[in-house]
Amino acid sequence: MAEIMTPDSMIKARGIIKRFNVGSENELEILHGIDLDVKKGEFVSIVGTSGSGKSTLMNIIGLLDKPTEGEYLLDGVDVCSAGDTELSHIRNRKIGFVFQTYNLIARTSALKNVELPMLYAGVKARERKERAMELLELVEMKERINHTPDELSGGQKQRVAIARALVNSPSIILADEPTGALDSSTGRKIMDLFHKLHEEQGITIVFITHSPELATETERILTLKDGAFIDERMGIRYAS
Amino acid sequence: MLLENVKLALTGLLANKMRTFLTMLGIIIGIASVIAIMTVGDAMNKSVMGSMGDMGVNNISLYIMQKMGEDYDYTSDTFVRDMKDKDYVSEEMINDLTDHFKDKVEGVALKKSVGEVKIEDGKKYANISIEGVNNPALKQTKVKTLAGRGFSENEQNESRKVIVVSDRYVDNMLGTEPAAALGQTVEAVIDNKYYSYTIIGVYEYSESQAGGMGAGKSQKDIRTSAYIPLQTAIIQLREKYQFDELEVVAKNGADQGVLATEISEYFNNKYYKENDAYESYAYSMKEEIKSMESMLNTQTYAFAAIGAISLLVGGIGVMNIMIVSITERTREIGTRKALGATNGCIRLQFITEAVVVCFIGGILGVIVGQIFGIMASKMMGYSGSASVGGIIFCVLFSMAFGVFFGYYPANKAAKLNPIEALRYE
Repeated sequence: MAEIMTPDSMIKARGIIKRFNVGSENELEILHGIDLDVKKGEFVSIVGTSGSGKSTLMNIIGLLDKPTEGEYLLDGVDVCSAGDTELSHIRNRKIGFVFQTYNLIARTSALKNVELPMLYAGVKARERKERAMELLELVEMKERINHTPDELSGGQKQRVAIARALVNSPSIILADEPTGALDSSTGRKIMDLFHKLHEEQGITIVFITHSPELATETERILTLKDGAFIDERMGIRYAS
Repeated sequence: MLLENVKLALTGLLANKMRTFLTMLGIIIGIASVIAIMTVGDAMNKSVMGSMGDMGVNNISLYIMQKMGEDYDYTSDTFVRDMKDKDYVSEEMINDLTDHFKDKVEGVALKKSVGEVKIEDGKKYANISIEGVNNPALKQTKVKTLAGRGFSENEQNESRKVIVVSDRYVDNMLGTEPAAALGQTVEAVIDNKYYSYTIIGVYEYSESQAGGMGAGKSQKDIRTSAYIPLQTAIIQLREKYQFDELEVVAKNGADQGVLATEISEYFNNKYYKENDAYESYAYSMKEEIKSMESMLNTQTYAFAAIGAISLLVGGIGVMNIMIVSITERTREIGTRKALGATNGCIRLQFITEAVVVCFIGGILGVIVGQIFGIMASKMMGYSGSASVGGIIFCVLFSMAFGVFFGYYPANKAAKLNPIEALRYE
């Protein structure tokens, strides 16, 4: 590797290219060589309209997809060479996903949902429960640990999902339009929760959104258009 | 992990009770039919074996029958002559037999049937068949003594007029406890002659001992055996101490098939070589039962295999529903993968679900099959039961079915691309 990893770097991606239908007539290049650096403890947003390639980028950052070309180091680990099972383990321990549609497991209590990543990590039952309770308390959902997703409101579901994302103490939280399905006041509370996690716990957050307004709340805003970053700004909230 | 998967599967299955039940139904019917057939097969086995059982499985039957040489014509009736004294098995021959085969033979059971009589006393009556037996023969009946005892050597040798009757007889005629019947007399008229015997023993009547011949009759009318000393019977019948039929009781561990051949060879060489018309023939009851049993078992297994076809249909049903369930839960699978589930985790989760369905279905099938099987065999007059081994095998087989039919859908789920799965609507 040409460049030396700086100790405070969480994501270091160089020349990420993603092509679909490689080799066929309708080969399509979605990402055209993206460089991305995220420092430990940083709250970064990636803004882009639909079709800008932000979902594809998110999938690559989240290790759900592999770049066609390029290098990607997550928390100092070269993840491009990892196999399927290894990627599962890295996702499990280093990445916490927060989805627009919450993606809680149906018919399963909030507590069990939060425990799930620990189950895959092989944590013992009692420890799982303790840790899950701790995080549900952090997201102020302690009162509803036994409720199933269909008994929770959107905001509550997202809180549970955030607790679930944090449970294995991941290197980064990858939030994909976390407020997209919520009304503005609930969305506000979720944003406040992210700020709290970032400020109080120093959690690294990559926030993906199509809304420039929400993005301005973060420390650094990267704008993606047609598969390339076209702009990088500091956020208003942290500018001063 | 496995326990969590089982819990997870149960929660999922409970959430869709109707669908789960319908899926299980195929398995339930399949397992139930196999178990029912096994139960009925067992009852059939018992009904056939029941009549053979009381003949004693440790016995080798020896018969005196007409010689059938190389040129014997089976199609025509080639009756030579009636049996004479020299054709019968005599006391000396029996002693010789027990002496010669003393390492392998326990004793020789001898019987003389005196007659079937209806004992009456006012309105009371009992049907009995009186049989003269020597002590090995009495022992062979394997009845359970309720009161009193069997015959002593003296009673046998001195042809005393003593009798061992069933508790059914006591109940019909005396209406007392078995012990109170001891010392009472049985008065019987056989061929216009009056006989009186003193009861010295009472045994417990059992249906299996009666060989099923008593089944169907009212309890009161059932004919039970009553035993008198062999010598007493011989004198009454004005016969000699000679037999055309006897039972050799083999010692435990003796190979009965071989022993039967040895006995008939020994007898034929020594006593019937010069005989113009008769010879002895011995065969092992155990061997006969064995071959009969294996035939019946083969039949049962063949039917059970047909029943297993419906299990196959049930298995395909499980596979079908698993595919539906996985399609419905595509997003869930995507989420789990994003949260760090490996392909192996996902595969295990769905195989576990299929196995749990098949396991519960298998258990229910066993219960339903038992109920139907027992009902059907009750109608046949015999209580059959599926073997414990068979039941365990069925449940395990059903679970193996779960793995087999769950594997394809589970593998499909495991191989889902997480991005596409997460995007699935």
